Amino acid sequence: MDSLLILVPAALLLGLLALAAFLWALRNGQYDDPDGAAGRILFDDDD
Amino acid sequence: MTDAALFAPPPAATARLCAHCGELLRGGGDGTFCCAGCASAHAIIGAAGLGAFYRRLEERHAHRPVPLDADFSAHARAVGADEAELDLLVDGLDCPACVWLLESLLARNPAIRRVRAHLSTRRLSLRWRGPPGHANDHVGLVAALGFRPAPYDAVAATSEDNREARLLLRSLAVAGFAAANVMLLSVAVWSGHDGSMGEATRTLFHWLSAAIALPAVAYAGRPFFRSALAALRAGRTNMDVPISIGVTLACIVSLHETWVGEQHTYFDSAITLLFFLLIGRYLDRRARGRARHAVRALLALSSRSATVVARDGTTSLQRVDRLLPGDMLLVAAGERLGADGVVTEGSSTMDAALVSGESVPQSVDGGARVFAGMVNLGAPLRVRVTAAGQHTLLSEIVRLVEAAERGRSRFVALADRVARAYAPVVHATALLTFLGWMFLGGLSWDRALLVATAVLIVTCPCALALAVPVVQVVASTRLLRSGILLLSPTALERIARTDYVVLDKTGTLTLGRPELVEGGADAEALRAAAAIAANSRHPLAQALVRTAPAVAPATDVVEHSGQGLTSGASRLGSAHFCGVSETLDDGRSELWFVRPGRAAQRFAFADRLRPDAAATVGALENRGLTVELLSGDRPAAVARAAVGAGVTSWRARTSPAAKAQRLAALAAEGRRVLMVGDGLNDAPALAAAYASVSPATAAEATQNAADAVFQGDALRPVVEILDVARHGERLVRQNLAVALLYNLSAVPLAILGEVTPLIAAVAMSSSSLLVIGNALRLSARAPAGEGR
Repeated sequence: MDSLLILVPAALLLGLLALAAFLWALRNGQYDDPDGAAGRILFDDDD
Repeated sequence: MTDAALFAPPPAATARLCAHCGELLRGGGDGTFCCAGCASAHAIIGAAGLGAFYRRLEERHAHRPVPLDADFSAHARAVGADEAELDLLVDGLDCPACVWLLESLLARNPAIRRVRAHLSTRRLSLRWRGPPGHANDHVGLVAALGFRPAPYDAVAATSEDNREARLLLRSLAVAGFAAANVMLLSVAVWSGHDGSMGEATRTLFHWLSAAIALPAVAYAGRPFFRSALAALRAGRTNMDVPISIGVTLACIVSLHETWVGEQHTYFDSAITLLFFLLIGRYLDRRARGRARHAVRALLALSSRSATVVARDGTTSLQRVDRLLPGDMLLVAAGERLGADGVVTEGSSTMDAALVSGESVPQSVDGGARVFAGMVNLGAPLRVRVTAAGQHTLLSEIVRLVEAAERGRSRFVALADRVARAYAPVVHATALLTFLGWMFLGGLSWDRALLVATAVLIVTCPCALALAVPVVQVVASTRLLRSGILLLSPTALERIARTDYVVLDKTGTLTLGRPELVEGGADAEALRAAAAIAANSRHPLAQALVRTAPAVAPATDVVEHSGQGLTSGASRLGSAHFCGVSETLDDGRSELWFVRPGRAAQRFAFADRLRPDAAATVGALENRGLTVELLSGDRPAAVARAAVGAGVTSWRARTSPAAKAQRLAALAAEGRRVLMVGDGLNDAPALAAAYASVSPATAAEATQNAADAVFQGDALRPVVEILDVARHGERLVRQNLAVALLYNLSAVPLAILGEVTPLIAAVAMSSSSLLVIGNALRLSARAPAGEGR
């Protein structure tokens, strides 16, 4: 049962990291224009 | 332009196409472009070294540039000391190549500080160094490339809307995270119920669950708690009241159970329930937001500015909503009037179809009163504005609409009606369970409360709160694909129940624009006339070109404004202009065509029925609806349209108020009327009807009064809306039945205290999946008629 003391916090931490990453992306406007972002990646470099 | 071969015309062009817009080149000559606008757009793009744009368009084509006719500096905002910002809605911004072209080209200008194109919303955000007055320099470049810019202000969702949408999405993320983690812990607890998990571990897991679930519920439950509080304050109850009570009680009871080290907690049920409900709510909101955005975009792009003549004779463009009484307007041929006024100079004919439903153009001359929404069909006019904004005929109609809409707001959505009956029953059952176990069953108060909580959780109206929005989302997505936009949240429910259809004539049953009806028999003359007409933007000339689209435009054409066109010795125009003395007044618009040595040829134009009008009327009648035609036009024209479309009952010369009265009379007979109309004169009737639909060509006030808007030349979408609405209604009822069945079987178990958290979780998820699956059947069935 000792493993739980490490595994449970580790699992929660990973989950929280993912949640924080999503909220950050949301605030950063990354979901504002999903269609545009999909096309933009093809054009930006070879200008 | 350095290397023309680099961006040569697209391949697969057996006929020659314009190198910019891809339109078929009609003339002989040596050109690679259809018009000077396309040539200069191509040159701008080539000079900037962005010719790769044409390759990146793939199968698409750029659009033909239209000169900018509005002043955007009023929409720009000054930022900081010497910078300005502007948001544009850009029509034609619909592919990644367009995003790339606009951003790259505008960024070349050193004055531009920031440029960002949003494909999903067709928005272009600009920020430049200089005063807001420079707006048109930058916007002009966008227009010169073939994009059609419009101010974004009208389209933007309010900041209130935006904040709510963000809160919903963040709540969804938090609830999703918490639901997944609490469920992981709960699964461990459930599988340990056979004794393989020690009591201390179980209690630890319960505390962990509480630590995750309680903050998450407090955060993600806010949309529900707020709405429930608002409803209770207003003395009503809605779906969110039982949800809030159930979730809150489940958390409190579970916390108590954890405290005393008991076996069962409901943290997982509480947070999973919120997660499911938030999904439904988020989808619902997004679908509605998309439809609203699309409609606003249509309107923003169709709004025009007016040409104002100053005292010294100079002209300037002004936004229609900034006109003042006393302003002198110059109204060109083909232009739509922006304000009510009196004609001071010139004489012409005006199309008042959108205002009164009258299909025959009226002739106007000095002193005639004209109204916002009329289209000038003839010579340029000078009009003195008598009323603008608040005081126009338009605003009177808007007031009628508001009066009629008060009646409709009494409609309560089915889900809310069920909730009103459902919530008290649920709460009474839970209370009785609690009291029963405590006083008759001899349980302690906390055991009895646990059982009562189980009752609340199993009865939590997942199917009501989730399946109804899911049906709505599926339905509106499917309709969106066919170019139908749902504007009102209860539109489908009301449309499904209609049993009577009232159609407007002009613009609804008909196309609302002149089409050639007589004189097209002589193909040679038609082609010759169309070649001349192709040089004019006049509505009648355009109608002539539509009947002979493949004709090359004649080259040596001179337009005599408001009279006609000459090409060599040939003349195309009014009877007077062509020197024809025999006049034939059959109420139709006409063009005469005279050529040396041939008899004068008359082309008559009239508004024509939509191609599928008769089929649609038949389809509506097949579905058991009575169809009636209600028009502001003259009896003869209405009768002709009624016969053509197969409608037996019709009324002519109805005023806007009379239309609304007729609908009130039908409602008093117990009819549920679906009103389909486009004119300003229909707007009060649309608002007074049980449900209403407008074509996308309708006036702004009219679209605002309608429940749904459809695009395109066909009338068939009316039938499709009805079919989808009826099918959706059936699914909603099935879902409600599923929910009821599930409750009937689960509630007795819960009352007996047999529902453990595991059973609650399984039952809740499976019933939710069942109703969602049922709702998805709506999109699985292929749309009736041809797909788009």
